[in-house]
Amino acid sequence: MGKQHRPIDTDLDLALPKTPTGIDGLDELTFGGLPTGRPTLMCGSAGCGKTLFGMTFLVNGARRFGEAGVFMSFEERAHDLSVNVASLGYDIDALVADGKLVIDHVHIERAEIELSGEYDLEGVFVRLNHAIDSVGAKRVVLDTIEALFGGLEDSAILRAELRRLFAWLKDKGVTAIITGERGDGQLTRYGIEEYVSDCVLLLDNRVIDQVTTRRLRVVKYRGSAHGTNEYPFLIDEEGISVLPITSAGLAHPISREAISSGVQGLDAMLGINGFFRGSSVLLSGLAGTGKSTFATAFVDAACRRGERCLFFAFEESPEQIMRNMSSVGINMQTHVDSGLLQFEAARPSLYGFEMHLARMNRDIERFDPSVVVVDPISAFRGPSAEIHATLIRLADICKSKGITAMFTSLSTANEQMNEGERSVSSLMDTWISLSDIEANGERNRVLYLLKSRGMNHSKQLREYRLTSHGVDMVDAYVGPEGVLTGTARVAQEAREREAGVVRQQAIDRRRRELARKRAAIEREVAERMSALEAEESEVAMMLEEDEARERTFIDERVRMTQLRGDGT
Amino acid sequence: MSVDITPEGFADDGSYNLRLYVAGQTPKSLLAISNLKKLCEEHLAGRYRIEVVDLLVTPQLAAGDQIVALPTLIRTLPPPLKRVIGDLSNTEKVLVGLDIRRRDNL
Repeated sequence: MGKQHRPIDTDLDLALPKTPTGIDGLDELTFGGLPTGRPTLMCGSAGCGKTLFGMTFLVNGARRFGEAGVFMSFEERAHDLSVNVASLGYDIDALVADGKLVIDHVHIERAEIELSGEYDLEGVFVRLNHAIDSVGAKRVVLDTIEALFGGLEDSAILRAELRRLFAWLKDKGVTAIITGERGDGQLTRYGIEEYVSDCVLLLDNRVIDQVTTRRLRVVKYRGSAHGTNEYPFLIDEEGISVLPITSAGLAHPISREAISSGVQGLDAMLGINGFFRGSSVLLSGLAGTGKSTFATAFVDAACRRGERCLFFAFEESPEQIMRNMSSVGINMQTHVDSGLLQFEAARPSLYGFEMHLARMNRDIERFDPSVVVVDPISAFRGPSAEIHATLIRLADICKSKGITAMFTSLSTANEQMNEGERSVSSLMDTWISLSDIEANGERNRVLYLLKSRGMNHSKQLREYRLTSHGVDMVDAYVGPEGVLTGTARVAQEAREREAGVVRQQAIDRRRRELARKRAAIEREVAERMSALEAEESEVAMMLEEDEARERTFIDERVRMTQLRGDGT
Repeated sequence: MSVDITPEGFADDGSYNLRLYVAGQTPKSLLAISNLKKLCEEHLAGRYRIEVVDLLVTPQLAAGDQIVALPTLIRTLPPPLKRVIGDLSNTEKVLVGLDIRRRDNL
């Protein structure tokens, strides 16, 4: 008999109360937020967003969770702070006026301070305590308390006092974020991580290939499970969002429902008359094969069904796409106006993959679409491992949310598949390849299904045309000479028609000959019949004469007998 | 709340206005107060004014004077503002901090 399994972490998790930060993603990867009533250390080098993180924590607390906060700044003045975070849409002054937030700027000028004898940091305690009590604060941010080391000598006193301060914060029952500057060989410059050990977050700002990516890592979280990876995060006008890999498993629900590709002939090629809902579709093709057209046709069909669509454009501006698509009879503007379609356009080089991914993830979270189009994934250039990771996570995010995703990818003529395609191909449920066949001095577009999981799809190469009313699938000519397209197909069709006429003529000739033959035979039969009839009548006549003679003969005998009888 | 412990015979001209911030009646606070009184009597007799602010009673005053460490002695007059942190046990440093020593040497 095996030992009884006892869950180790779950009870503890339930027991440890957590305070949500309201930051997208961070609450997910810490399974609920920061430890309530305990200090959390947030460290990182300059420009990592420590102050913004702290302020977001307080603003969200005040706005969304009804918890007042205290921001004790050791670096920036209150006015500078409120101006700096105004770009995130935070109205600090209003929150202060409403009594939901207190900002206290602690300023130390070393030059004007003379030390004489023993001292302590009771002043900070008094100020903090007063600020907390004045608004009933539950959340506190100390940014950056290490500035004290620069203002005061005697770090032994400071260390003892900081230790006391963190213990005091715990006793006070406030959830605190203490920020610290990243130091050499240790998390913070003055090693205060030694005193704040319940939860430590590390922010990082790395430049790789001239592209900056911000990342966050939960270094430790005492008493709780947490995501251990480095997660990219994003700071923009919408605030902060952290991107966790939400679907570690493959347990997302699947659907049997088919949704139309927006192209009639393509639906017919797919065994279930469309794509499975929630599947991922890769549309790869050469330049000018109409990848965007297929993608917009798909979006158009979804919007017509009343579904929400999110279109990530990395090469063209939304206006340009809309103008171009009106040439194939797809009117995107009406969908944008009705709010069903949203474009998100950005240059691929604007930020790193992680940032793109974080941004896309946030847009998906906010817009909650049922269809997502990324046009194109090949716009991402960089180390293949990163592209791979980014796309896998994007496809994963869509799948876990049941979103049908279509990715377009530009391939080049001489390679089978490019980096982006290779990396995502295994994740894709359906892969449509668009290419053009060059023959007889012209190019013709053909499409085929490389794969489509879970359905019996067509294996044919099909020609299609981009017409003023959308994508038009043409029945391909498949004959002994292979697949013919364009004028070759038309010529072949003409040849076939010609041959048909010739055959028809031959048949007609045979038919006429037969009729003639039949007439001749019938005539002959008629002649012979009449001869037969003549013979028959002759025989009948002879028979009659014969009978007459017989009768005469009998009559003669009777008469002769009578004559003889008279003679005796 | 502040307690004025200015002695009799205080003259307003050329005098020192000193404010001492403490938190409660801790040994450190009491030591600082007694050190300050002794020092003022020795060096500033008749031309000083002392105000002791107990932050446990009036915590809202702490932010205004940017009090971080306690005890803190602030010279509000004559300008410029001067700060001395600690229990004021090192008289020499207090005198330097308050610019008293130099003035006496003139």
